[in-house]
Amino acid sequence: MRLEFDRVARDYVTPDGQPYRALDEISFVVPAGAFVAIVGPSGCGKSTLLNVAAGLVPPTSGRVRIGDGDLAGLNRAATYMFQQDALLPWKTVRDNVGLGLILAGRSRADVTPHVDGWLARVGLTAFADHYPSQLSGGMRKRAAMAQNWIIDRGIVLMDEPFSALDVHTRQRMEGELLTLWESSKKTVVFVTHDLEEAIALADQVVVLSAGPASRVIARHPVPLERPRDLMELRTMPAFVEIYRAIWAVLRDEVIRSHETAERRRG
Amino acid sequence: MADRRAGVLASQVALGLAIVAIWQGLVAAGVLDPFFVSRPSAIALRIAQWISTGSLWGHLVTTVEESLLGLLVGAILGIALGFALARAPFVAAVCDPYIKMLNAIPRVVLAPLFLLWLGLGIWSKVALAVTLVFFVMFFNTYQGVRDADRVLIDNVRMLGASERQLVRHVLVPSALTWIFSSLQTSLGFAMVGAVVGEYLGATRGLGYVISQAEGTFDTTGVFAGMTVLAIVVVVASAGVTRLEQWLLRWKV
Repeated sequence: MRLEFDRVARDYVTPDGQPYRALDEISFVVPAGAFVAIVGPSGCGKSTLLNVAAGLVPPTSGRVRIGDGDLAGLNRAATYMFQQDALLPWKTVRDNVGLGLILAGRSRADVTPHVDGWLARVGLTAFADHYPSQLSGGMRKRAAMAQNWIIDRGIVLMDEPFSALDVHTRQRMEGELLTLWESSKKTVVFVTHDLEEAIALADQVVVLSAGPASRVIARHPVPLERPRDLMELRTMPAFVEIYRAIWAVLRDEVIRSHETAERRRG
Repeated sequence: MADRRAGVLASQVALGLAIVAIWQGLVAAGVLDPFFVSRPSAIALRIAQWISTGSLWGHLVTTVEESLLGLLVGAILGIALGFALARAPFVAAVCDPYIKMLNAIPRVVLAPLFLLWLGLGIWSKVALAVTLVFFVMFFNTYQGVRDADRVLIDNVRMLGASERQLVRHVLVPSALTWIFSSLQTSLGFAMVGAVVGEYLGATRGLGYVISQAEGTFDTTGVFAGMTVLAIVVVVASAGVTRLEQWLLRWKV
């Protein structure tokens, strides 16, 4: 399913009453079935953009188009994987994974085979009756992925989902995500501050400028073959070349965002 | 772990025995006057008498019954109002000073009013317990609903939850966490309410027993009443701890 940002802007009011423009005139298209990564320095409004796409936050001006229609209210064509743990701590892994189906009105007995299939797919069969607090960080992310993918929506929004994991677990999760995505026709919008992760996963990397008033300053295709071997990919010449090209743009924004942060502090 | 628990338990028993032994010893040595502080042996004897004549049970059952009813009614009212106000911020803001005012009233001054309104039976005690339990439950429910994790709410909404499902799957469990954690306090308050109510005017109950004993300067009876009360609280509180562990088993 196609997703389009059409001149999306979003303003906030800061705690001391000043208006603050987080996003300014953001326009780009995520083609149906594509994997697009959004990178940018911290505080550039990446998460805000995703919240707008999810319908959790309305744009101040502009619009989001989903397929052929304008988005109004919550985006029912999308799932959203949050940066923080969003599993319900009082539900077991099985109940968490099946939650979306239960919310859609299906009975527990009816969804159990489906849920068990997903638990097997993300390697959590043995932990089905555990509570989230009893799982490792990587297992919680897997449960969250299953929770999102089981409801089978056309668009998958992900906000730095793996940023809290250690390097190795993170790489494994990235691999599992790609495997899931490649066997689906889903459109993925993946926000990260890690350029390597963005290139390794995406078909296209969108670079946002440092805030306030973030804009799209570059859109770079990633013509690396699929399926990708994430263990080897990062040292391949083609990868390094793309990295250099995008980093040349991103670097200035990172420096600018540091300077802004310093000024605010000073 | 088991060793440590056994060690703690043994030390707890030893500490209790030591205090009782010192108490008994000081009275026997004539340092303390038994008229004022009684003595452990006499207190134990009195409790044994109450048990053997069966006079204890009626009072005990009355107090427990009043406490549980107070806990139940206070919890229902507190949870219902806490939920309602947490979902209606405007009403909550309007009611806020009044709730604080009501909570600031010392409950003891209400006891004579309840006696007047509800008579000497159990309901005046239940009412007093309710006024104590209600606020604990109310504040915890209110906090629990208001403090529900934003990310959990957004996630469940994205997964397709309606307003009602959001309440059921996120807000209620979130509030229950707070409510269960305050059960211990609530139970204690319920018993305080019941006993104070009995103390000020009743025909049965542990508070009544203590107050009768005080009326005749019978310190042994007072201490015996307090001991029974203490035992009931310890047993009930162990039960609540068990219940809490089970209800909040998803926490580490």
